[in-house]
Amino acid sequence: MQAKKRYLLVFVSCAFLAYCYFGGFRLKSKDKNSEIDSLPSYLDFHSMRTGSVSKHKEKSISENTHLCRMETCFDFTRCKAFKVYVYPPDENVVPGESYQKLLSVLEESRYYTNDPTQACLLVLSLDTLDRDRLSTDYVRNLQLRIQKLPYWNKGINHLIFNLYSGTWPDYAENRLEFDPGMAILAKASMSSTNIRPNFDISLPLFHKKHPEKGGESGSVVSNNFPLNKKYLLAFKGKRYVHGIGSETRNALFHLHNEHDIVMVTTCRHGKNWKEMKDERCDFDNKEYDRYDYEVLLQNSTFCLVPRGRRLGSYRFLEALQAGCIPVLLSNGWELPFSEVIDWNKAVLWADERLLLQVPNMVRSIPPTKILELRQQTQSLWDRYFSSIEKIVFTTLEIIKGRLPMQLQRSGVVWNNWPGALLTLPQFSDSAVDFPFSPSPRLGKFTAVIYCQLGTNLVPSSSLYRLVSNIGRSKYVEQIVVVWSNDKRPPVKSRWPLLSPDIKLTIVQSSNDPSKPTISQRFYPHQSIKTAGVFSLDEDTVITTDEVDFAYKVWLEFPDRIVGYPARSHFWDDAKASWGYTSKWTNEYSIILTSAAFYHRYYNVLYTEWLSPLLHKTVEQSQNCEDILMNFLVSHVTRRPPIKVTQRKQYKEQPSTGSRSPWNDPDHFIQRQTCLNTFAAVFGYMPLLRSNLRLDPILFKDPVSNLRKKYRQIELVGS
Amino acid sequence: MNIKNLPLVQIRNHRVSHTLNSSCSHWDCFNIYRCGRTGHDRIAVYIYPLKKYVDANNVPLTETISREFYMILESILKSKYYTANPYEACLFVPSLDMLNQERLQLNLTSSVLSSLPYWSNGQNHLIFNMLSGSAPFYSSMLEANIGEALIAGADFNTYSYRVSYDIPIPMYSSFAHKAEVKKIHNRRPWLVTSSQISIDSYFLDELQELQTQYADLLILDSCQSNNYSKRCEVETQQLFLYPDILQKSIFCTVFRGERMAQLVLLEAMAANCIPIIIMDGHVMPFSNILDWQRAAIFIMEDYLHTLMDVVKQISQDRIQEMQKQVKFLYDSYFSSINSIVTVTLDIIQDRVYPQWGKNYDDWNLRPEERQKNPLFLPITASRSQGFTALILTYDRVESLFNLVRNLAKVPSLSKVLVVWNNQKKSPPLASSFPKISKPIKVIQTKANKLSNRFYPYEEIQTEAILSIDDDIIMLTSDELEFGFEVWREFPDRIVGFPSRTHIWDNATLSWKYESEWTNEISMVLTGAAFYHKYYNYLYTTSMPSEIKDWVDEKMNCEDIAMNFLVSNVTKKPPIKVKVHC
Repeated sequence: MQAKKRYLLVFVSCAFLAYCYFGGFRLKSKDKNSEIDSLPSYLDFHSMRTGSVSKHKEKSISENTHLCRMETCFDFTRCKAFKVYVYPPDENVVPGESYQKLLSVLEESRYYTNDPTQACLLVLSLDTLDRDRLSTDYVRNLQLRIQKLPYWNKGINHLIFNLYSGTWPDYAENRLEFDPGMAILAKASMSSTNIRPNFDISLPLFHKKHPEKGGESGSVVSNNFPLNKKYLLAFKGKRYVHGIGSETRNALFHLHNEHDIVMVTTCRHGKNWKEMKDERCDFDNKEYDRYDYEVLLQNSTFCLVPRGRRLGSYRFLEALQAGCIPVLLSNGWELPFSEVIDWNKAVLWADERLLLQVPNMVRSIPPTKILELRQQTQSLWDRYFSSIEKIVFTTLEIIKGRLPMQLQRSGVVWNNWPGALLTLPQFSDSAVDFPFSPSPRLGKFTAVIYCQLGTNLVPSSSLYRLVSNIGRSKYVEQIVVVWSNDKRPPVKSRWPLLSPDIKLTIVQSSNDPSKPTISQRFYPHQSIKTAGVFSLDEDTVITTDEVDFAYKVWLEFPDRIVGYPARSHFWDDAKASWGYTSKWTNEYSIILTSAAFYHRYYNVLYTEWLSPLLHKTVEQSQNCEDILMNFLVSHVTRRPPIKVTQRKQYKEQPSTGSRSPWNDPDHFIQRQTCLNTFAAVFGYMPLLRSNLRLDPILFKDPVSNLRKKYRQIELVGS
Repeated sequence: MNIKNLPLVQIRNHRVSHTLNSSCSHWDCFNIYRCGRTGHDRIAVYIYPLKKYVDANNVPLTETISREFYMILESILKSKYYTANPYEACLFVPSLDMLNQERLQLNLTSSVLSSLPYWSNGQNHLIFNMLSGSAPFYSSMLEANIGEALIAGADFNTYSYRVSYDIPIPMYSSFAHKAEVKKIHNRRPWLVTSSQISIDSYFLDELQELQTQYADLLILDSCQSNNYSKRCEVETQQLFLYPDILQKSIFCTVFRGERMAQLVLLEAMAANCIPIIIMDGHVMPFSNILDWQRAAIFIMEDYLHTLMDVVKQISQDRIQEMQKQVKFLYDSYFSSINSIVTVTLDIIQDRVYPQWGKNYDDWNLRPEERQKNPLFLPITASRSQGFTALILTYDRVESLFNLVRNLAKVPSLSKVLVVWNNQKKSPPLASSFPKISKPIKVIQTKANKLSNRFYPYEEIQTEAILSIDDDIIMLTSDELEFGFEVWREFPDRIVGFPSRTHIWDNATLSWKYESEWTNEISMVLTGAAFYHKYYNYLYTTSMPSEIKDWVDEKMNCEDIAMNFLVSNVTKKPPIKVKVHC
């Protein structure tokens, strides 16, 4: 009994203590909460008012052009359409090679106008790329020449390109040796403290030999994992011994270990290097000669990109192209197009102040991140930097995006495949409408039949058979007949009877029937509402199963062309030009649009994005539009098209119509010529080869035909 | 933190001129050497002890510390960055409430700051400020002498904001909580609502002009009484409760006023009303990391008349997309003082240790958008590298040798890797293997586990792995070579020969494994399949342990698990290659 009582007492007191402890705690915290609640807010809501915007109306064209912003130094009223004017060349001053290329890109672009009053942006024909007084390309008296320009107007709405400013010894960033006024500067080696935010544009430094168009592709051909390159981090370059930017490079030798980190410099440059040389020079030069720059670039995981005299260097683009992940050692540098490109996905930042920590830092990067960064270097190189054309267009698109009423691309578009230059915001403001979205909206398809021949139609005509075969597909929503010949299209009642939910639309392509324009077949007709477009010729022979199967395959590859008849291109060494073949080969690179699925968005790109030069080639030859479409899609996707299996003994011969262009031997030669013209305009050959064909899963498998979904494909065709 | 009975400090109020270093950047004003003294790659943040500062006449610096500033300090105190030791600190936070300049004695503030023991002209000091300047000029920069301190400020314009140095934060509103919506909804009768009190007359005129054409534009202002939670329609004086009304509109305007910072931004976001920003030169909160294009509409002040045209052009898809993004941004970064402080410190952390920093996707993509194909570069894999055949075997030596002989005929074979999963028996001697022209490497495993098949062995030096069972000898070398060719075009997928599919069984209400001849497939067995080596790494490091352990225990289904893994990251089916037999 006593013991029980004692235990009870102990228990009760424990409980009391526990209550005090927890309860007390609660009391205390409640007390604390009320203490916070008793504090005043940092502002008094009830006196908050928005109030007037001071200086609103007087658009302060500020005296200090260093403070220029789009809203203060740019005249938007000139930009009802986004057009770019280039001043006529000044005979006395011939622009340098790079600037010439840049101007010709502008003049060939779809934004070009030769009417200065229509222009939103004006570009000088005076070469402003190199403003280093000691340089051979330096244009003298630029200030005077610019002031004489008829539309200069303090530089408003002008775009000035520059790669080098300042000169020995301080290489001042702002020293252009002329007053750019209120012009937008697209300039290399800018620092983040000097760039006028959302006004100037930071450019990459590029070589004189940087190609005008096309450009080399990135060097990465495999995604090895882990990467296991011979070197971890590499640098080979000049060292300055004295003056601005020399400190960083002079200290690099500390990191050199001859093993996986190679840091070699030389002071053997300039006229009088021997007089300037320090005690390390001779040793450095020896070490420097042991390594080859290109070999280092290709065999290193990371490449150091230290500042030179200026913040940017050629090395940046070289490393990017090589897939050697840039490690930046250039404090304060505003990276190229950083307004839209997220460089954290492709480079590493080091700090010049912490040079000795760089090896540890790069060693700590996990292989998965290396895989990501490296792929992104290639993606960015290929989309924005590999040619002057891309650099210029990127600049233009950034400025265009700042205009009022302009649809803008999000960072997701800029930083993912296929990039902003190939994603037209006017097509749709929603990602699901684009073929390369991770989850595109696809739905049913629209068949577009291009009628170029206009043979006299009898009830058994192949066109009618085609329409009725397509009409039997479960996935067709609409059939659009593009009537592009001088005959009158048949009246509605003569067409095959279709299920009521399938709409048949006839589009007569031009008002002038004597001039059928072949580009009509890829025109983004209002009536095409589905994502999938099935492009056909009037004499195509195809079964419903083939339609359905090709459509099902396209659903898995909505960004590519999926279809039946395939062709191939090859390099003809003898002629030193591209050849075109329709022979049965083990490879193909073109799918003819006489039976091919593709995404509706490519119609928009074809019509609005392609260079006017390409359209002209197609219109003049009334041919090759299908090759051009294949060029375009392969350019966007960097993948080959996809061929699906077709019925045995399907002959790709046209029906009896004798006027068919396919019987014409010239037709073939013409296509060869197209191939070469297109490759020249694109600046490279975008077509890619594939050697596979997609069959239905049970195709030719030894099971009952009844169990197969696409039976007609295995029947021998007529 | 005790906020009562603070130690009293008297400061002699001497005039200090306002000398802010406007060219500061992370690279020159921030002393990087102060960081990293803790031995880990994390910034350490020190808070000065709270004190009550008074001037020579015993007039206090501020009446009392504000609730919001108290919460800021508390957030830092609880964050992983906090340190109590000023000697290991990389960032210093003065416990001086400078959120609202109008509550401050400016000169005294400057004097107090310069009296701080570790001040050294503000180096590595972080100052939180939501309202800078005061009437009538409303400078967009805190007018105290803060030297080289960083500002986490809400009131910046593009002139006062020092890119790569200051951190633009949102102006906090305790009203936002009252506006919060739990779920995205579309019971929003108004298209656009302007709710700020006494906006500029130019803006109001333009809006009223638009209202004559568009009935779904709502223009509110204060009612007679100065009550923040009540708004009246400007014409009809109809009463609306604030911020509730923001939940009834799809878009909400945010106009610039005397100041840049506007409370309505946060309130609209809380109400999931998509902000329309009409503030030339404003620096949006966290704009250095957030992509506002995905969550807001921007209209230039001079183009206010285009407001309704712009808004009407926007598709329903886009509206829904933006609503999701507004909700995501608000919930993750704006919903409390604590999140605002955390993001601010995270940004500084990423500056100091950029190699661990987050990228665009980490900050801006919603969780459901984040998964990205790890092999996203569209390339056809190289042929010259060839593939490594990986054979998992136990003791069927004869069959293994037959397979090796068969593989040797495949032109693109680069190496044979035999994973010997039998611990009781040694693998056959190297000399007993068939003589082939490609290297053969045998790995003896430590335990008989199926996951040994999917280990990223160092010996695999090619991208492509051909995973093949020791009894698969019916595939011809042509078929294998073609399989490799196909894989080269789809290097992110499993490409192989025998296939299976899964179907939903309505009778048992469960998934069923189907090996019959079907018209569809969803799996390619790893008994004979090509895939990227990366997936071996992924299987070993990221496969949920429940699955891995199950497979190792039951000695089965490793191929199904691998198909799950690959399809999960790529969102794509495997590819079956036809065998003609």
